[in-house]
Amino acid sequence: MDDLKEIIKNYVINEYLEPDSDPIDYDTPLISGGIVDSFSMVSLKRFLENRYNIQIPDDQATPEAFDSVNKIADLVRRFVKA
Amino acid sequence: MAFPDSVRELYQAQLKALQEGGLFKEERFIHSPQSADIEVEFPAGSSLKKVINMCANNYLGLSSHPEVIKAAHEGLETRGFGMSSVRFICGTQDIHKELERKMTEFLGTEDTILFPSCMDANAGVFEAILTKDDVIISDRLVHASLIDGIRLCSAMHDTFKHSDMTHLEEKLKMYQDKRLRLVVTDGVFSMDGDTAKLDQMVELCEKYNAMLLVDDSHASGFIGKTGRGTHEKYGVMGKIDIITTTFGKALGGATGGCVSGRREIVEMCRQRARPYLFSNTIAPVIIVGILKVLEILSATTERRDKLEKNTEYWRKGLKEAGFILKEGDTPIVPVMLFNARLAQEFSKALYEEGIYAIGFFFPVVPQGQARIRTQISAAHEIHHLDRALEAFIKVGKKFDILHKTKQEIIEKYGM
Repeated sequence: MDDLKEIIKNYVINEYLEPDSDPIDYDTPLISGGIVDSFSMVSLKRFLENRYNIQIPDDQATPEAFDSVNKIADLVRRFVKA
Repeated sequence: MAFPDSVRELYQAQLKALQEGGLFKEERFIHSPQSADIEVEFPAGSSLKKVINMCANNYLGLSSHPEVIKAAHEGLETRGFGMSSVRFICGTQDIHKELERKMTEFLGTEDTILFPSCMDANAGVFEAILTKDDVIISDRLVHASLIDGIRLCSAMHDTFKHSDMTHLEEKLKMYQDKRLRLVVTDGVFSMDGDTAKLDQMVELCEKYNAMLLVDDSHASGFIGKTGRGTHEKYGVMGKIDIITTTFGKALGGATGGCVSGRREIVEMCRQRARPYLFSNTIAPVIIVGILKVLEILSATTERRDKLEKNTEYWRKGLKEAGFILKEGDTPIVPVMLFNARLAQEFSKALYEEGIYAIGFFFPVVPQGQARIRTQISAAHEIHHLDRALEAFIKVGKKFDILHKTKQEIIEKYGM
């Protein structure tokens, strides 16, 4: 799980950012910062569920919970532990 | 009365924030029929100014065509003004059915249903045909009305990078477990003027068993050799499952829209699409006008051919003058300025020179991609375009942006 944040960050960069986009860090606000459309987060949720063999219920996959790499990593850890 | 000062102040603060952020929209009052030459009152209360219109969706110049006006007059006499009913109670006239048949023929589909607007068509179609077991995969730059329609529907929604077929294919593979897959795109993208790669999209949809929806509002009437739309341009007529389009742009420019496509999908809309079920349809006088528009377009391609020539002339002129354009071959020609303030100032200076063209900036286009969106019409004559070009060059020199790179413009004015 050590590389969880890096995996999420790389997915976000490849999936959502354009080649000339500003770089992001673990705390960059993704949805509230207008970088990622909340709709598009669906594919990240699917990616994480498949990769870590977890199920994130829709009511917990909120725009707030997906708003930064750190927040997404926290969310994933909760389900992996459980 | 439940509108105390505290509520009023809340809204006033929101409106003030819009004004301070440069996001407040103001209408300009046009005192003449829609055309290449218009008379405008702006700002409100000022005397009328004659300007050349470079920002209307009047692509074919039919908004004020004498034959269309004459037909509408006659329609008003023979079919009245309003229907005072939704379609399925007593709001369907013979002419509504006639327009649905004519559109089916024009677009080369199986059936068509009219909506009060294309915004309504897009608001109604998804919920009518999809459930939570399905997925919608849309291009990231689709029109706001499609986004709203998708939001009203319980299907899962994902997106693919603009016009990126590899990314679309990945998404189609990812959602093979869903009951139905619907890929959604604009035919012509309204802010950039580029076209969807419909030939490749049809191929991918066939390979991965997905339906394809195209909003062809900025294409119907003039894209493709006989103006049928983006599907004609890409040689895939008959292969698009759902086309939504508007009568509010090239096809007379009044109001109204439709969903055209597979028979069963159109019928599902007739049974379930809420904007169709709970709102009056297009008024008779407008239907008759649109029928005349289709008659004119079916008789000759003269107008779309003129539009194509005008567009080539305009693009070439701007390029030679040293402007940065978004590449493409549609009559939507965006002149890139990158900085929002510059786009606003540029538009203002053009207006002083007698040219009406609007600046677009975030959030309508991505941050740092502000532009003047020009739109060419068959109503433009070469002298209009020459006059507009002269003004663009004069203003371009004033702001010192001609023959400059994107980087140089950004260095001078910021993002």
